[in-house]
Amino acid sequence: MSRLIAILTREGRWFWPVLFAATWLVSTYGRDAARALDARWLVKYPAAWRLPLKGEISTAMDWLVEEANFGLFTFRELTRGISWLIEIPYDFARSALIEGFERGQGSNAVEIAPSLSWIAVIVAVVAMGHYARNWRLAALVGGCFAYLVIFGQWDSAMVTLASVLIAVPIGAAGGLLLGIAAYRWPLFDRILLPVLDLMQTVPVFAYLVPILFLFGFNAVAALVATIIYAMPPMIRMTTLALRTVPDEIREFGVMTGCSRRQLIWKVLVPSAAPGLMVGVNQVIMLTLNMVIIASMIGAGGLGYDVLTSLRRLDIGTALEAGIAIVVMAIALDRLSQAFAERARTEMHDPALSAGWIRRHRWLSTVVAVAAATTLAGLLVPAVQTYPEPMMITTGPFWSDLVRYINVNFFDQFEAFKTFLLWYFLLPVKRFLGGVPWTWGIGVMTLVGWRFGGWRLALLTGGLSLFIAVNGLWPKAMITVYLCGVSVVIASAIGIPLGVLSASNERANRIVGAFIDTLQTLPSFVYLIPVVMLFRVGDFAAMIAVVLYALAPAVRYAAHGVRNIDPQMIEAGIVSGCTRWQLLRRIKLPLAMPEILLGLNQTIMLALSMLVITALVGTRGLGQEVYIALTKADSGRGIIAGLSVAFIAIIADRILSASARHARARLGLE
Amino acid sequence: MEKPVKLDCRNVWKLYGDAADGFLDNRTSEPTAEEIHAAGLIGAVRNANVRIHDGEIFVIMGLSGSGKSTLVRCLARLIEPTAGEVLFEGRDLLRMAEKELIEIRRKKMGMVFQHFALLPHLTVLENVAFPLEIQGIGRAEREARAREVIELVGLAGREAYYPRELSGGQQQRVGIARSLAVGPELWFLDEPFSALDPLIRREMQDEFLRLQALLHKTIVFITHDFDEAIRLADRIAIMQDGVIIQVATPEQLVLSPASEYVAEFTRHIPRAKVLSARTLMRAGPVDGATAGEVAASDRIEDIAARVVASELPFGVVDGAAGVIGSIGRQAVIEVLAGIQHRP
Repeated sequence: MSRLIAILTREGRWFWPVLFAATWLVSTYGRDAARALDARWLVKYPAAWRLPLKGEISTAMDWLVEEANFGLFTFRELTRGISWLIEIPYDFARSALIEGFERGQGSNAVEIAPSLSWIAVIVAVVAMGHYARNWRLAALVGGCFAYLVIFGQWDSAMVTLASVLIAVPIGAAGGLLLGIAAYRWPLFDRILLPVLDLMQTVPVFAYLVPILFLFGFNAVAALVATIIYAMPPMIRMTTLALRTVPDEIREFGVMTGCSRRQLIWKVLVPSAAPGLMVGVNQVIMLTLNMVIIASMIGAGGLGYDVLTSLRRLDIGTALEAGIAIVVMAIALDRLSQAFAERARTEMHDPALSAGWIRRHRWLSTVVAVAAATTLAGLLVPAVQTYPEPMMITTGPFWSDLVRYINVNFFDQFEAFKTFLLWYFLLPVKRFLGGVPWTWGIGVMTLVGWRFGGWRLALLTGGLSLFIAVNGLWPKAMITVYLCGVSVVIASAIGIPLGVLSASNERANRIVGAFIDTLQTLPSFVYLIPVVMLFRVGDFAAMIAVVLYALAPAVRYAAHGVRNIDPQMIEAGIVSGCTRWQLLRRIKLPLAMPEILLGLNQTIMLALSMLVITALVGTRGLGQEVYIALTKADSGRGIIAGLSVAFIAIIADRILSASARHARARLGLE
Repeated sequence: MEKPVKLDCRNVWKLYGDAADGFLDNRTSEPTAEEIHAAGLIGAVRNANVRIHDGEIFVIMGLSGSGKSTLVRCLARLIEPTAGEVLFEGRDLLRMAEKELIEIRRKKMGMVFQHFALLPHLTVLENVAFPLEIQGIGRAEREARAREVIELVGLAGREAYYPRELSGGQQQRVGIARSLAVGPELWFLDEPFSALDPLIRREMQDEFLRLQALLHKTIVFITHDFDEAIRLADRIAIMQDGVIIQVATPEQLVLSPASEYVAEFTRHIPRAKVLSARTLMRAGPVDGATAGEVAASDRIEDIAARVVASELPFGVVDGAAGVIGSIGRQAVIEVLAGIQHRP
């Protein structure tokens, strides 16, 4: 037996085929065998053995909300205080952008000041575009916002924008402060790191549940969730940016006699500004993504429009709102990138000695336009609110188009769908679904041990055990199946695209633009066209996940191939390799560590998207989280969320370890 | 007539490694390189002793990895030495409270860095005024002072530029101006010209000498370039593997190198640039006519043209002592030709 294990683990060649064959046998005949042995617990985790973790978490949350008391104030007062702090600026932003300022309550409310006119908002974004870069950017962002107003998406878009305007400063400032703390106190950094790791792998819905429980079903809860979701990358970017400030700059600060506070705020933080701005850009994009998702717990706005029309299967309206989200995402992304770029490349201003108004031309213009349109709006309502008759709606057009496609190409889509389902998805589902929990945990432990020794084995085994003891094994296997299938397809499309774009400049430009756009889109948007064409179910979900998770597969493969030492390729060429041999024998093996890292990212994105596809009816852990959300069952939601996170962590650790192996084998480290 | 000691560095050690802290305690004799290595430590600076006098240019020269950067950071207490004392005007920097140290750095020290260390988000004017801002000096006053030093380093007119808009040489001028803004008494320059092109480097060395002639600072200058050291230094400390192996004037280094390693550096240095009239002269009263007089401290390079052009020897004058010897054409030509039968 020990000899067998030794052969299995040392002789790399046999490890995987034998493991796979054994698993296949167990998956196919395990159930019958267990029945024959009268040991059904081997395949089905007995309900009696379940840990009552769910219930305990729910009880603890109840206690927190109902009874927890910190002496000076209760927990409930704390959450109310936070709500109040967030609500004031949020209400102000909403009033300023869309609702107008009112005094009094309900029907007695008297408007004391109107909101900013649509013209003023557009002029403001144009001004920012020109200030941050040039007229081209100004035209782009101006055009994006003009689209929102012309296509009648203005009101919802402004609600979404108000959430972004509140969540981004709080998220960025909070991330900055925590990042600085982690930079200054290594102990804090060590505590924070695993928390950040976990926060980035726990699916967003999972922490919507407890937040909903603490803050209620309203916009503030959505904002809190958004802020928590968007903060981790800012924390990471802050510590990274501070650590990469050149030593000499820090030494200069010390030698000038800076106090600790001066050193941080006057020397290190400003010097790290370009890196910090990259973090802010990420915060903005994540915030937008989450604001859209959180619309289902009361944030309203564009996400809410998409969700309600999807539920009505009103594809036209959903698509219009979806495009509005895309347009807004592009505008915010380009604008914040331009600001980041400006921080890095700003030149001296020749107009320095000019008057205040000339130096602040744009600010003066925006203020003047805002004042003028507000006054004019009192006389001509069209200036204040874009008139409805001038709006264009493309909803019916899209609905017709989808109907046309579905009528005329139904057979083709159906054939494609059935083919993939029948020959790929279902067999994988059957295979994974048949793996008994006992065997599965054993396999995970073995794989962990092979790649990272007993430490990793303990981790992977322990985490899979956690899933089993909470009775989630079957659902986890469905999640693994959907995730696995999507990742395989995403890699099959993405890696060749990446290799192609690494070796061909034109392909690179086209693929690059495509991938950039895919990455800017909030995850929610992917659901729309997929549901349009394939209706709900596993297949539609898989397509959405593949699209969402494609980007890292392409990026990392391209990066891996591009980073190969050119001498290696030259060596291949002078040895007389054909192009195919060059690719197979030199490029792919050398790019393998990077490709594995890309695979890792693909898995992370796929898992996070899978929870969102629960909205269009996939089963598995995503569905479990979603059910918990609708029932406001914190315990259930947290356990299911952690299970998804644990799958992500297992995949991450195993792939990172194998990437390290590959690098070591290639002598790159 | 030695000037007072400004910075006195006594038995300074800097060891890196896990067991560095207790390693030097309870030792009767100095640990050898082998012992340090055996303990798993790296001896970046080993038992450094230097005294830097008021108004002198003290150059610390060594190749990369010799410990010169570590030593200067110990002198400025940018890193904590493992052991030793650094006395600045008689007070030990290493045992000073942070508040006091900050005060000294604000008022009495300046530092110039190899890669300039300019703050990218500030203009030239704001960069130069930055040390004053840190002290809490008002805008009008600090900008007036900053304009003065910018003028001094020849960058007037560039006040509103950002560092990235300037060439490397100009950026280092900003760095120099910034370090001078507070009027420091002790001026650290950490390889200030190493990142510049050779031509610019020479120009900056001249600029540096011009400034020092005006300002008379006490200077600790780090370089890996022996030519630069010879050109600028009053005295040079040569470091190798963390140890200072010789401290001497350029002339003494060339005439009596302490080791083969030092001799290797000095071999290609033209003697005329280093030797003074005092070294080369025939001591004693001059008999017969002379063509004129040269100062004892004059470098041969500077008097060569005059001496070689004349048939008669020159008298060598040492300040108050009057004529102390003579120097002739033959001796100078031998130096210029690199004939080394003299010491």
